[in-house]
Amino acid sequence: MTERDETRLWIAQRVSAAVLALFVAVHLVTMIVAVKGGLNAADILGRTRGSATWALFYALFVLAVAVHAPIGLRNIAAEWLQWRGPGANRCCVAIGSFLLMLGWYAVVSVIV
Amino acid sequence: MATQKPEQANLDVAVWRGGADGGYRNYLVPRQDAQTVLDVVTWIQRKLDPTLAYRFACRVGMCGSCAMTVNGKSRWTCRTHVAKVLAHDRLQIGPLANLPIVRDLVTDMREFFDKWARAKGQFAPTATRRDDFARVAPVTTGRRRIDAAIECIGCGICYASCDVVRWNPAYLGPAALNRAWTLQNDVRDGDKEARLRAVSGDAGCHACHTLASCTELCPKQLSPTASIAGLKRATVRAALKGVL
Repeated sequence: MTERDETRLWIAQRVSAAVLALFVAVHLVTMIVAVKGGLNAADILGRTRGSATWALFYALFVLAVAVHAPIGLRNIAAEWLQWRGPGANRCCVAIGSFLLMLGWYAVVSVIV
Repeated sequence: MATQKPEQANLDVAVWRGGADGGYRNYLVPRQDAQTVLDVVTWIQRKLDPTLAYRFACRVGMCGSCAMTVNGKSRWTCRTHVAKVLAHDRLQIGPLANLPIVRDLVTDMREFFDKWARAKGQFAPTATRRDDFARVAPVTTGRRRIDAAIECIGCGICYASCDVVRWNPAYLGPAALNRAWTLQNDVRDGDKEARLRAVSGDAGCHACHTLASCTELCPKQLSPTASIAGLKRATVRAALKGVL
């Protein structure tokens, strides 16, 4: 990767971290306030289904996670496992895509 | 200042001997008032074992050549009093970490200084000898940033204390990046874009995790951490403008 690409990845990780700082706080407070009798999919969907606001909130939340996590994993792979290069990059892109797919799949349930 | 009375007549000193596969050897050294770690090493070399290899020059904290690992932390030994670092009446003195050991307490500093060059630590003049002196007002932001970072003596303590250097041997390290930061703020320098590219990426400022060991241990009380943060901001601005 070029210095330009690395710098852009660094910016993406910092921006996504700033987004996550806000979104994780909202997410945790909501969970603590809303969850009364255990955490299950039916209860969650009962509260959120049809809400464009929550769908948008979690769509962005998932996107931020899918950007932030693989960049961090790439750094950990490089520094702790000495694993760098195209193989490590592809693996991290795959993990990010998987997180995005899982997360947005859940968000679709809120919309539909 | 070491004003306290020595509590014992002798110091128990373990000194690294040999190369990377060497080990610590113990010596008994007479305790003295206001004794520095460099005094201890010199006493061993002159009185006990003349084959001990170590490096020093000025003895007054200017040249940056006597840095060693003392009781687990990198320090300039000429300005480190024994009283300050003594742990359970013992001293352990080793070579700087993150650098190849030549022999005993001497490390190979080539990679450390090569990284200064790789970070474009050379001043790139924009004027000729026929031009007048540049007048840089002390109150300007750039000059203040330079003043805060310029007194580096190249001792390598920050480099030896940096976990990121240990994890990523290509990482330029705090001293080289600190040097680059001073040049980025020098209005007379003409190579700023190329230098920003040199300090970006996996081996550059973006690899820094802001652990701040460099800032904690810098004997000149500089903050390479702040300089690296400045480089990060500068690279982001350059990237957003499309010049990086």
